[in-house]
Amino acid sequence: MSYDPSLFPKTMPENPERATLEGKNKFLGLWFFLGGETVLFASLFGTYLALRNSTAGGPTSEELFGLELVFLMTIILLTSSLTSVYAMYHMRNNDFKKTQLWLGITGLFGISFLGLEIYEFTHYITEYGFTFRSSAFGSAFYALVGFHGGHVTFGVVWLITLMIRNAKRGLNLYNAPKFNTFSLYWHYIDVIWVFVFTVVYLIGKVG
Amino acid sequence: MTDNINTENLKAFRKQKNKEAMKRNLISFALMILVTLIAFIVVATGAVESMFAIPIIVFLAIIQVGFQFYYFMHMKDKGHAMPTVLIYGGVWAALLTLAGLVLISWW
Repeated sequence: MSYDPSLFPKTMPENPERATLEGKNKFLGLWFFLGGETVLFASLFGTYLALRNSTAGGPTSEELFGLELVFLMTIILLTSSLTSVYAMYHMRNNDFKKTQLWLGITGLFGISFLGLEIYEFTHYITEYGFTFRSSAFGSAFYALVGFHGGHVTFGVVWLITLMIRNAKRGLNLYNAPKFNTFSLYWHYIDVIWVFVFTVVYLIGKVG
Repeated sequence: MTDNINTENLKAFRKQKNKEAMKRNLISFALMILVTLIAFIVVATGAVESMFAIPIIVFLAIIQVGFQFYYFMHMKDKGHAMPTVLIYGGVWAALLTLAGLVLISWW
């Protein structure tokens, strides 16, 4: 990045993430991307709804799912959404250290969510022999939930990269949009998870 | 000199405003946890018949996503007309996709 004094104002503007043209573009671009993601996940949800009873004699959703683990994962991801709100709150108050701290906490929650998901999948595969190839239900389940998990993985990598790349830069109008873009993406992952736990796990238990 | 004083006032004002926004976000978080709890309790206890349980939990999910979009992602704030258009456009196409896939498999 070349040095541009306008990116380092003495007093931060009210919305540092949208103060520059680049920031505005990043903001709109990410929302555009999220609109597209909505359709992408809808097709995976639709496929899952269509195939969830095609178990080919294998385990059904009622036999497989345990609500305790799903509840724990839900609370972890929801809390990580709140911690990233805290990070953006400190960013708006121009407190870089606290922004980094809360982003770090967000990352830890993200990693623990992933750990639980890996445990869950391993449990299904080793205890029930329920894999991607078991049945149409299996394929639809792993495609949908795995794709969400893939988004969480991408988010964690993105977050770690952002934190390391900007560790010595401090907060300015160049990287504020970057942090904000990540935060919006992270909230969106939780939005998708709300539908995953409702449509896949809760409805799977109800039958 | 007056410039400096104004800047300090502005900073304090914004800090206060951010604090109030954060308070509303905390309230949203508490409500989202509550909504999640209700959804899990409805299913775990089996107190409600599945014909009613499914619409209830889907409705609760939509409420929670509303909080996520409007408070956590600031869609209620000024300057979010385009994001609103984009996300509702996505939701519209998503509903069509869902309707299509569910219809061809259930009919």
